[in-house]
Amino acid sequence: MEHQLPEEKVSYLKILKTAIFKENVIFRLVISLCPSIAVTNSVRNGFLLGIAVVFVQVMVNVTVAALRRFIHPRIRIPIFMLIISGWVTIVDMIMAAYARAAYKEIGLYIQIIVAFASILARAEMFASKNKVLPSFFDGLGSSLGFLGALVTISFFRELLGKGTLLGHTIVNAKPLLIMVMPTGGFLVVGLLMGFFNWIDMRFYGGKGAGGAGGH
Amino acid sequence: MAVAKKEQELIVSVSPHIRSEESTSRIMWTVTLSLLPAFAMAVYYFGPRAVYVTALCIVGSLFSEWLVQRMAGKEITIKDGSAFLTGVLLGLNMPSSVPFYIPLVASFVAVAITKQLFGGLGYNIFNPALIGRAFALITWPRAMTTWFTPTAAFMGMDATTTATPLGIMKEEGVQKLLEVFGDKMTLYTKLLIGYRAGSLGETSVIALLIGAAFLLYKRYISWHIPVSFLATVGVLTWIFGGKEGLFTGDPIVHLLSGGLMLGAWFMATDYVTCPSVKKGQIIFGIGCGFLTALIRLKAGYPEGVMFAILLMNCFTPLIDRNLKSRVFGARKEAGK
Repeated sequence: MEHQLPEEKVSYLKILKTAIFKENVIFRLVISLCPSIAVTNSVRNGFLLGIAVVFVQVMVNVTVAALRRFIHPRIRIPIFMLIISGWVTIVDMIMAAYARAAYKEIGLYIQIIVAFASILARAEMFASKNKVLPSFFDGLGSSLGFLGALVTISFFRELLGKGTLLGHTIVNAKPLLIMVMPTGGFLVVGLLMGFFNWIDMRFYGGKGAGGAGGH
Repeated sequence: MAVAKKEQELIVSVSPHIRSEESTSRIMWTVTLSLLPAFAMAVYYFGPRAVYVTALCIVGSLFSEWLVQRMAGKEITIKDGSAFLTGVLLGLNMPSSVPFYIPLVASFVAVAITKQLFGGLGYNIFNPALIGRAFALITWPRAMTTWFTPTAAFMGMDATTTATPLGIMKEEGVQKLLEVFGDKMTLYTKLLIGYRAGSLGETSVIALLIGAAFLLYKRYISWHIPVSFLATVGVLTWIFGGKEGLFTGDPIVHLLSGGLMLGAWFMATDYVTCPSVKKGQIIFGIGCGFLTALIRLKAGYPEGVMFAILLMNCFTPLIDRNLKSRVFGARKEAGK
């Protein structure tokens, strides 16, 4: 397992960077694609969901890492799910109480965070095998990578599909209507993934990832 | 190493063992040539706009092909005619009045995204020209469905917007269609020679059939897909097309209008995206015909050839895999 390095030697910054870029949830691991298409038709929605995911992911990683010695390996997945849904419920209630306007728009997707593959994946891959502090940074990095991906995707979709950014009119037209539809989401995710792979291969000598490469 | 003569080389390879002189580029250019009559009719009816739109599509296609191949560091194959053909087909699928950016963006989507990003010629799942058109239709619904009446007058200054025959039939029924065109015979004749609103290259059935006959004669396409496609549309629209009950539809109008002829002879028969087994081609054609009739009669769009072919493109690998002939003597694989 590549994550079971000697814990003292790995710097937290490196964990953070690896989780953000090298193991970017959407563009490298290619998981949690459903939210990356469903909520990214405007930057605001993408950003809000990203923030909620950051909170849930960090708390889940910390909880799982703290409890990792008490979780029996055979029933770890149901336990992870319980922990995740507990934190998602908290976020859901907090948003419902203090951010009603945003909650009306993306409330449905907040509850669906329970089923995001990325959160379970980080808990299983990293937090259940590492101490609390590295798990904290891994969760932070992974979810920041997710947030960044959502904002990038929604930036292109909102600009091209509606001609606006964060609700402000940039171009007084609807240049590419298809971009606000799900089809546009798939197109943007695919093209950005290809673009990042191209940069990786061209300038960093990587082999490219995504598609069949990610699990 | 001694250079062996072509005839003396012992090549160990999988079939096909007998190769003809036909090359990809020759096929592509011949198919392009067979579209010439349709293009000529487009110019005759829609004037310089037809040349303009088609030229933009061709330029966009060639540039996209060059750009992606350059970026990917592949061999640049814009001379083999496949991008040119995609451009021509896309141009013939556009209304005459589209603004300049639609052909350019649509041809980029067609060649760069649908073809090159999937691995280039031979690896694309979907027909590139049709994806380009579908993208344009969804993105700019109004511009892509603004049809002009054809005017044989060359400059076409007095052109007015109107609905396509299928659009009229969808909205107001066959009676209205007869009012617009006169009696039944005039309607059929006008549809046959192409004096109607529509995309540039789809209107003139005669010109398309001349091109198709040429391809059939050269054996570049076989009859299986187009005939099963057209027959299915004809039968289904005859049975279910009428308002008065079963068997009251007018199959001739359905066969002669819309993009059916262009689609059935030139788009559905694309080598890359249709099944290679004959039995499979007939299934493919029937599927296309069924979906076309379904969309025309029941769905929101007046015309469904494009979506029908694209949907059946998805099934091509499945059809090919399940109908390929078993190797002689080989056992059936378990579970099949």
